[in-house]
Amino acid sequence: MGEVKLMKGNEVIAEAAIRCGADGYFGYPITPQSEVMETLMERKPWETTGMVVVQAESEVSSINMVYGGAACGKKVMTSSSSPGISLMCEGLTYLAGAELPCVVVNVTRGGPGLGTIQPAQSDYNQAVKGGGHGDYKTIVLAPASVQEMHDFVFDAFDLAFKYRNPVMILSDGVIGQMMEKVELAEQRPRWTDEEVRQMNGSWATTGKTADRDYNIITSLELDPYAQEQFNYKIFEKYARCEAEEVRYEEYKCEDADYLIVAFGSSARICKETIEMARAEGYKVGLIRPITLWPFPSKKIAEVAAKTKGVLVAELNMGQMVDDVRLAVNGAVPVEHYGRTGGAVYSPDQVYEALKNKIIK
Amino acid sequence: MAEYIVEKTKENLVYSKTPVLTDKVMHYCPGCSHGTIHKLIAEVIDEMGVQEKTIGVSPVGCSVFAYNYLNIDWIQAAHGRAAAVATAAHRLYPDKLVFTYQGDGDLAAIGTAESIHVCNRGESIAVFYVNNAIYGMTGGQMSPNTLIGMKTATCPYGRDPQLHGYPYKVANFVCQLPGVCYVTRQSVHTPAAVRKAKKAMRKALENSLAGKGLSFVEFVATCNSGWKMSPVQANKWMEENLVAEYPLGDIKDE
Amino acid sequence: MKQELIIAGFGGQGVLSTGKILAYSGMLQGYEVTWLPSYGPEMRGGTANVTVVVSDKPVSSPIVHKCDTVIVLNQQSLDKFEASVRPGGNLIYDTNGITTHPTRKDINIYTINATEECAKMGNARLFNTMILGGYLKVCPIVDMEYVKVGLKKSLPERAWKTLPANEQAILHGGEIITLVHKAE
Repeated sequence: MGEVKLMKGNEVIAEAAIRCGADGYFGYPITPQSEVMETLMERKPWETTGMVVVQAESEVSSINMVYGGAACGKKVMTSSSSPGISLMCEGLTYLAGAELPCVVVNVTRGGPGLGTIQPAQSDYNQAVKGGGHGDYKTIVLAPASVQEMHDFVFDAFDLAFKYRNPVMILSDGVIGQMMEKVELAEQRPRWTDEEVRQMNGSWATTGKTADRDYNIITSLELDPYAQEQFNYKIFEKYARCEAEEVRYEEYKCEDADYLIVAFGSSARICKETIEMARAEGYKVGLIRPITLWPFPSKKIAEVAAKTKGVLVAELNMGQMVDDVRLAVNGAVPVEHYGRTGGAVYSPDQVYEALKNKIIK
Repeated sequence: MAEYIVEKTKENLVYSKTPVLTDKVMHYCPGCSHGTIHKLIAEVIDEMGVQEKTIGVSPVGCSVFAYNYLNIDWIQAAHGRAAAVATAAHRLYPDKLVFTYQGDGDLAAIGTAESIHVCNRGESIAVFYVNNAIYGMTGGQMSPNTLIGMKTATCPYGRDPQLHGYPYKVANFVCQLPGVCYVTRQSVHTPAAVRKAKKAMRKALENSLAGKGLSFVEFVATCNSGWKMSPVQANKWMEENLVAEYPLGDIKDE
Repeated sequence: MKQELIIAGFGGQGVLSTGKILAYSGMLQGYEVTWLPSYGPEMRGGTANVTVVVSDKPVSSPIVHKCDTVIVLNQQSLDKFEASVRPGGNLIYDTNGITTHPTRKDINIYTINATEECAKMGNARLFNTMILGGYLKVCPIVDMEYVKVGLKKSLPERAWKTLPANEQAILHGGEIITLVHKAE
């Protein structure tokens, strides 16, 4: 068993980054995720693993540092919160367009605009539907615990390099600020420059050696037909990802008459709701999508069909509910319950909504 | 017409293209300064023997396609962000030689924050900055460097400082930053200028390899298409007007 | 076993660290714990609160609506959180600076005059461990041997010389806490 500690979600992102052998972190302070870079700067990984940590002048700069680091074939990441992620959306589409692997963490806060600094899930659409311009997808993982904040950093890098695509960890102020028990993985060595060259030298800017042609990292293509072919190619990759990478948690669905679909911190709150409902004789189950893209549409459709109705609980005005409705395709009623702007519901408020909207 | 083929021998070979330049035909307009500056970078990389350890970062603008012409690994950055991209490449490969190649729209307008902060952090990279006082690729719009009174597509009656502010002298600004070791302003419009520019570029790349800090080489350059002039007129206009605003020579050398 | 607790007071009173010591101690004893702070721009002087859940099963919701115990350390927090105590639950407060006292009859109400005690002892820094001691007297969910380790793990190394004094304060807190109203 690895080292067990009581840590904040944000601190764990930093710890996991070091331990998974990341090469670089580039960031800019913003509440409620500033502990990520603070922890890294305190840990000084450049003295131990050799990991580089840079405080950039803006989120625009930090995502472009990520672009540069990813272009070099290295394991690089950044983290921010909602307004900062908006600034990074240009960079994200360039990363996807240049087929570069990277990890971006969003510790979401309430919006729109500068909004609040309290937890929210209102960046679902931005994360899952793109955020930047053009035809592309971001793989999105939604942790619901401090342990998953740790584990998903490892998983996110694996997925990023498997598909050569940005992977976002979509968290929120609850998971980022909360302390929980976490089991930390053993330190993994960083890739040596030689290993980077062997693994990623076919595409990355590792320096043009005599044994290969020179590599260009770009997302520019002036010929629309060539761009179209490229888009077909990345969408084949996305189809593979949809076939292989869907992840979800199923909780008490076996006998469920009613279904709640919720992700991240909301799913935690809803589990308590389910206890309350079951204590009063209502058989309620939960599906927690772990990959928000690719979305567990099939599973949700399959489980929902056996129930009398679905409540989608999310800390926003109704975003994931659209995807759940597409999945369920009218088979049973699908209703939304949310709080917004940084307000967080408690389990009994979700239970009230469940009774009012679904159980009736 | 008869074709005369002269066999290449050691004795008659007076010039050959460096292998660091690719065989692709450049897309630049005849008379444009970019081609000459590309060639000089390629030659310096070749002469220094650093092709394998060089990473170039190209911008958005006419020179976005610089990556087609130099036989080195290239990262093409989003508009204005070359300095951030280069920062990561340099930090992750501190032994490699990293340079950016940017125009005045890219570096002095949209990329102002990145360009200033890369200097302020003193990243040991070289910045090659081509200043032709206009946006070339998008069709000749005003840049921050456009001269007062100069006509462009977005200041058709001439740049009016009341409307558009003043020409922005980046080199004179970044030279004040302690992270910057070398700032110079060069041109490539005469053989003598080309020789001087090449020396400056070599110094910049050597500084980078030696970890001395950031080297900033500005090229006062022509855009005869954007300026709506012949190449010869453009060279003359540049000497008389642009160089008057942006004087050539070293600004800082430490 | 499941204990849901809110601690609330001024920023700088040690609200968050009191919760952290409890959560760490509980974890060391083998419980599942969550520690969720309010967070905001106020570093000192503003109001702060933390929700701690200690349970023998995995904690589902770190956000609670009604809790087993509320510890309040200033008037604003008392006004805000008195209603958050579950019927039959506990409200613990320091009477220092309190002008409007709790009125609920369906909960146990305890006072702990830690501010006054610390002033007598001339060490205001023992305030939060004394409060914790009072809580542990009312809800002895974690054994003292784990509290000692949790305390050490929660403090930076430079503060370890204060461990004996803090351990004493925890014990003393248990002695001075007083039941003033028993739930009806």
